This record gives sequence, structure tokens and C-alpha cells, in this order.
Amino acid sequence: MANRHLAPDTPELRAEWGDFAFTPEWDAKAKAAIARYPEGRQRSAVMALLDYAQRQVGEVTGTQGWLPIPVMEYVARYLDMPVIRVVEVATFYFMYNLVPVGKFHVQVCGTTPCMLRGSDDIIAACKKRGMSKGHTTADGMWTLTEVECMGNCATAPMVQINDDNYEDLTSERLDAVLDALARGEQPKTGTQEPGRHTSEPANALSSLKDMVRENHDYRGEW
Amino acid sequence: MPKVTVDGQEIEVPAGATVLQACELAGKEIPRFCYHERLSIAGNCRMCLVEVKPGPPKPQASCALPATEGQEIRTDSEMVKKAREGVMEFLLINHPLDCPICDQGGECDLQDQSVAYGRGASRYHEHKRAVTEKYMGPLIKTTMTRCIHCTRCVRFSEEIAGVDEIGALYRGEDMQITTYLEQAAKHELSANVIDLCPVGALTSGPYAYEARPWELKKTLSIDVSDAVGSNIRIDSRGREVLRALPRNNDDVNEEWISDKARYQVEGLTRRRLDRVFIRKGGKLAEASWDEAFKAIAAAKPGASIAAVAGDLLDCETMFAAKALLKASSSTLLESRQGGMDYDCSNLAAVNFNSTFAGIEEADAILIIGSNVRMEAPLVNVRLRKAAKKGAKVFILGPQWDPTYPAEFLGEDLAVLSNLPQAVADALKGAQRPAVILGGAGFARGAHAAAVKIAHDFGMVKDGWNGFNALHMAAARMGAVMLGFVSKGGLSDLVEAKPKVLLALGADEVDFSRFPDSLKVYIGHHGDKGAHSADIVLPAAAYTEKPGTYVNTEGRVQRADKAVFAPGDAREDWTVLRALADALGVSVGFNSFHELRAAMVAEVPALGNEGELADYGALPKSVAGNAMPEGSISAYPISDFYLTNPIARASAVMQRCSEELTHGATFAEAAE
Repeated sequence: MANRHLAPDTPELRAEWGDFAFTPEWDAKAKAAIARYPEGRQRSAVMALLDYAQRQVGEVTGTQGWLPIPVMEYVARYLDMPVIRVVEVATFYFMYNLVPVGKFHVQVCGTTPCMLRGSDDIIAACKKRGMSKGHTTADGMWTLTEVECMGNCATAPMVQINDDNYEDLTSERLDAVLDALARGEQPKTGTQEPGRHTSEPANALSSLKDMVRENHDYRGEW
Repeated sequence: MPKVTVDGQEIEVPAGATVLQACELAGKEIPRFCYHERLSIAGNCRMCLVEVKPGPPKPQASCALPATEGQEIRTDSEMVKKAREGVMEFLLINHPLDCPICDQGGECDLQDQSVAYGRGASRYHEHKRAVTEKYMGPLIKTTMTRCIHCTRCVRFSEEIAGVDEIGALYRGEDMQITTYLEQAAKHELSANVIDLCPVGALTSGPYAYEARPWELKKTLSIDVSDAVGSNIRIDSRGREVLRALPRNNDDVNEEWISDKARYQVEGLTRRRLDRVFIRKGGKLAEASWDEAFKAIAAAKPGASIAAVAGDLLDCETMFAAKALLKASSSTLLESRQGGMDYDCSNLAAVNFNSTFAGIEEADAILIIGSNVRMEAPLVNVRLRKAAKKGAKVFILGPQWDPTYPAEFLGEDLAVLSNLPQAVADALKGAQRPAVILGGAGFARGAHAAAVKIAHDFGMVKDGWNGFNALHMAAARMGAVMLGFVSKGGLSDLVEAKPKVLLALGADEVDFSRFPDSLKVYIGHHGDKGAHSADIVLPAAAYTEKPGTYVNTEGRVQRADKAVFAPGDAREDWTVLRALADALGVSVGFNSFHELRAAMVAEVPALGNEGELADYGALPKSVAGNAMPEGSISAYPISDFYLTNPIARASAVMQRCSEELTHGATFAEAAE
């Protein structure tokens, strides 16, 4: 588990983010998110709004964005709900960054399937490039976080960098991806395995083979 | 009414009951941490696991499982025993083994239940979790490593107190309970989370390391910090009161008490009057009882003696004073220290007739001149419940935060003569409309108008009386029942120019209005009353004498004596009895027993402990202008924590006042 903590509530933080407000584009999206829920249930939209707020902060800082305390308070006011409830949500989900991140937020999955497929090498490769867990590199480019399962076990190991996944990694392939990002290019997202398209079986079918022919009912065999 | 079988015993349970409640009805003890009768169900501690058929073949959390027809519940099977042991072992994995230095020790749910349901030994050898302490204000001491994440405190602050300030941040192993940005919990009921906490994570700050529960003498008492009459338990050791805790009484305080009720007892050992004082040459000098009584007798008051009762007095003291004045042929009695003169000729017109439990059922409430949160925090809890059920609440007076939706009608009293259409419609359309008249309403002369509104909108009908007076003084209802009031209020006493003025714990009186009287202060704290007095006779505080108290809904309750008064101080009635001898009159009682019997003979309702006094029907009208003018520009309580001499003497209450009311910041000990 990552060592998550809220950014300290300092006068500097207040000065920087105290007058945060949604831009018209994000405001329209926020209103649309609220409209998805019944009247009086507007606080159900808190997760969407926190995401939009984080992305707006990201646009300003040129990163994935994060959630300073004043921004969470803005979201609370926007939804007319207690701030502590907003902070509970923001601290619960790892997709919300509680402290500033670098331009590329490298989130390495370290859960069992990825670990068995070599996520330790991926983390080692990241560290070799100067990153360390929970920290941003001095040049503000890279933030390394170890996260739990991202649901890409079939193409393990994987990393998520900002909004994109890079799967079927080896330390060399990761280096290629990170080098490309550093050069300002957009590497191919998804699986890095040559010849593989998405998460289809890497070799021959190993399970649920009968499903190829028909919608097979396995229940009798359990 | 589903029928279920608990351990082979078939019982019928109310519809909507949970399996846990069914087990309790069958007399089975179900261990629990997160479940609490007065809070919503969380189901996260898993300690209440039982075996239920039909259902999946695994233990089920009984607190969150509805009891349904034909369930077979087992609380004594091997599976249940193992499940409880397992849960207990998991809970203890991250719980420190610091019971010897933990204030909860001896009254800890986790301790008790691990003895009763645990394995007896731990198999865990890895590192334990540690969590930094959180600041929650001057009253709550936190040791968050002990927290087992039952979330009772979170649910209390959200559901009962109505102030969302405590939350559970982060997740899983990193979950932490904290207030927002570790700000102090700013609520008059905040310290109730200490009682709710099943472990030692939230303990009492001022009571830290004072005593162990088994050292304490427990005395049943009644709180005097407001007119709610909360049932409390006074825990004392030797001659010192160490803490006050709430007792369960569903009709009065449920199981909460205000922070002031809980912590003002700290003031019982400070600024105490424990000697007799006589003012000589402008300065109070120590004297003997004999000298004091001689000085009073020397004033030769005859019938020119008046008595003002303070806000914290018990009925017995007031009755003894009344008997003393009656024997001296004086009727100069008053208990409304501030000088209010509302009509007390009919007690139903100065009573909280709906009762506290009843006001929860009201569906439209007009509050006239009352900041209920300050004046009676536990009544505000009831109003919040009513508002949650859909009651519309209107408030006349300056803005305050009621914790529930309410519409403010401004400060102009003329509104009462011509209620806005929306308010009138809401009151007319309501099944059980109610009006609550608070201290500022009484002071500004809205009494007659409130009674008129009660009649105009049909608030008094079969099975419902919606007229409510919300007093702030614990002594008020007792005083009016005993006739300890004058028609013109304090002004009647001023006009009579009494030779001797007895101030019975009366600290809010403007004594400069009695320039020529010999002012005798009989009370327990060196506060405003003693400063102005010519003679100070030390008496007992509410924990130091048995007494009868009547709360604002007319409920007669008795408190016992927990400790002895300090120094030369005596119980109030003995002082008055001795004074009667000094003045050469006979009051007709020689013991507390005789005093109480005489009081009950005069006012029989005071003999029915725990019951509501019957004041009859609300009168058609009361004296006063039913079309009041002027405005309510302020409420009588500006500082919740310093409303009476005991609280003002308490360092804890002073700190609360500075920090929570006035927003001062304090460096923590470690800084």
C-alpha cells in the first residue's frame, strides 16, 4: 500500500488554490454529471466532480493533476455536502492524487498476477531511472506509485501512465515506453507484445476451450 | 410479527427487527462493537456473527440481518464460537496491548469481550499498525492506534449531532478516524463520542489518568446545567467528583448529555466558598457562622426579607427559603434573576407541554426567540429528529445553525401578529403543530402572543399539546411550582426595598438595584453573587445535596448526594433552618426528611419521582400583549460554556469557551 497523506493545509496552498473554480468546459461536464442523479441526490456525483477537478488542476500544472484541500472544499460547496465526506472519498480511491505528481505518473501494478509475471523487474527498472516510490523526480517528470490490481492480469505485468496502460512489459519494453514519453512522443498504448492485439490468449487456448464452438454451459461439470 | 427460533426457543419478534434484536429478546447476549441502538447500522465490526438457517452455511452478521419468519438462529454453536474467536483475534491484531496505561481499562468493550469471547492468546507475531494522534478539541483525548474502526463516532456526529466533522479517511489498513483537518469538534454534544467509543481511542481529556472505574463511587444525579434535567451519574472518589456520565432515560436525555453537563463538574473544586465571609470596610473577611447569623438578626428584617433563587437550585432549598419567608410573613420571592415578569399564574402556560419525546412527532414547529442548540442541546437533537421526519421548522430571531433545515423569519416580533402565509399554511396543515417559546421570547414579551398562536392554530387538541416553553434554568419549573415568583418579577422585590435580601445561588441578579438591603449570598461558588454580597454563607452544589429538580417539561426527578460540601459549607436547607433560629421564627421542619415531606404535602406533584406533573389545560390567554412589538436582536446565551457559576469556575469550560466559542488557538503540549 502506498503511503498516502493529504498535502498540508498551508497559507501558500490556500493562496495558490483558494480561488479554484471550474472553467466553463469542466463546469458543463460537472452539471451533466449531477444531472445523472435524481433531484436531491447531487452528492452522488462527487466522484465525477473530483475527477474533473483533478483534471482541471492537471491542465494548469501540466500533469495528471491532484486535489489540494481548497479544491476539495470547492467540490464540497459545489455539491452542498460536508467537506469531510468529500475528503473521505478522495482519500479512499487511488485515482485521486493527494499530493502533486510529476508530468508522468507511473503507476506500477504490484498485485499477485503482475508480481508473478515480473513486476518486481518493472519497479527495479523505474528505480534505476531515478524514480522512487511515492516521490516525484527532481525534474518534475516522473512520479512512481505502486498500486493494486488494475484489471489487466491477462497482459501482466503492466503500468498505467496518466490515462494510458502499457502492458506485457519487460524492463526493456518499459524503458522504450518511458524514453518515448520523455522525448515527447506518444508510444503505442496497450500491450507491448509484438503480434498481440489486446488481451487475447497469448499462445494457444488454455481454458474455456469449449467456448470456441458454442456458448458452452460448464455448470454440470463443477 | 415473524416467529423465529433462537437456540431452540421460539419467540415472536416485532416486524422490522434484526436478528440481533431477536436474540436479545430471547435473552441471549450478542457481542458487538459497531452496532448501537441509537445509530444507523454499519455492520463492519463482524463481532455479532451468529448462525442462521435458512441461509448460506456461514456465520452472518446479526446486526444487519432482518429477522424473518421461521428463521432458526443459533448463538451457542461451535461455528459461532469459532467465528467470534476469529473476529476477536483479527480485531486485536492491530490493537495495542496497552490496557495498563489506557483510561478505558475496566470499562472497555474490547477488553470485556475479549475475555468473554476471545481465544485467550494471540498467534500474531508481525508488526502492529501505529496511527498518529488526532486533535479533536480540548475535551476528547485521542489514541488512534487503539481504534478498531467501528465508526460509531462518525455516525454519531453525522446522525445525532448533525455536524459532519468526523470521518474515516484512507482505506483498508491505512484507515484513520479524524476530524476535518484535525480541527476541534465544535459541537455541544461532542464528548458523547467518548462514551460511544467501545475502545480507548477516544477518551476524556480532562479526566485522563484520574481514576480507574472500580475506584469510583457512583451516585445517581440530575444535571443542572440546563433545564433539560439530563439523568447523569456522578462518579466520585473520596470527597472529589471526578466525572459525570449520562444515564439512559428515553424520555429525557436518551443517552447523551451536553459537554457542559459532562465537564462543568471540574469547576466543583475551584473558586469554592468554604468559609463564612462578612464584608467589613468594603472587603469580605472570614467570620464564623455565629457572627454571620448575628449580623443578619441585627438587621431586624421582620417581614422585610426577600429571597431570590438561582438557576441551579433544587426544590427543597427553594421550599425551605419559602418557608422561612412565610414564617417571617414575607412573600417577596423571585426566581427569574434576569428580571423577567411573564405570567406564571397558570403552569401549563410556562411548560414544555409536548414533552421531549413528543416534540419528535411534531410536523410543524415555530420557535420564538430560542437558540435551542445553546439553551438545550438535547432538545435540539429531538427537533433534528422531527425535521428528519419531515417537520417544517420556522425560527423567529437572529440566525444560528440548527443542524437541520429551518426557515428564519427575521427578528421583528410583529411577525407573530401576522404570520407569513407560508408559516400559517404549514401550521394549519400540520397534524401536530407546535410552538416553542425560548428565553429571548419570554424576555421580549412574546408569551401572550405564543399562547394565542397555540390556540389560533389548533395546537391544543386531544392527545396533543403543542405549546412549549423552553426554559434555561434547572430550577425554573420547580420554582414556579413552588410559587417562588412574584407577579412583577424582580421589580416587585426592588420596590419593596427589603432590609435583607437572600440570594440563593443567585449570580445573575443586578444587585445594584438593592443598594440599601443587607445582601446575604447563600451559595457554593465565589462568583458575581458573592462579589456583591455583604454576608456569604457557604452552601452545597448540586452534587453535594439530595434534591428534587423539575425539568422544563415538568418532569420531577431526584438527585442523590454524591460527596460532602467542602470546608464549612453546609447543605442549603440546614443554612436556612439555622437562619430561621437566628431570626426567631419557626419553619416547621428539623430534618431533610421532614422538609421534603412538608414540600410534597404542599405541592403533591413533587412527590412523584420520574413523572410529569399535570398542569391542566393551556389557558385561553395569559397576561401580556398578544401583539408584541420590538425585535429579538440577541439570545440570552452568548457563551454556551460559561452559563453558570460552576461552569465559569471550570478551567475546562473556560478553555472550551476560548477555543470553541471565541476561536483562540492553543499550542499542543508537544509544540
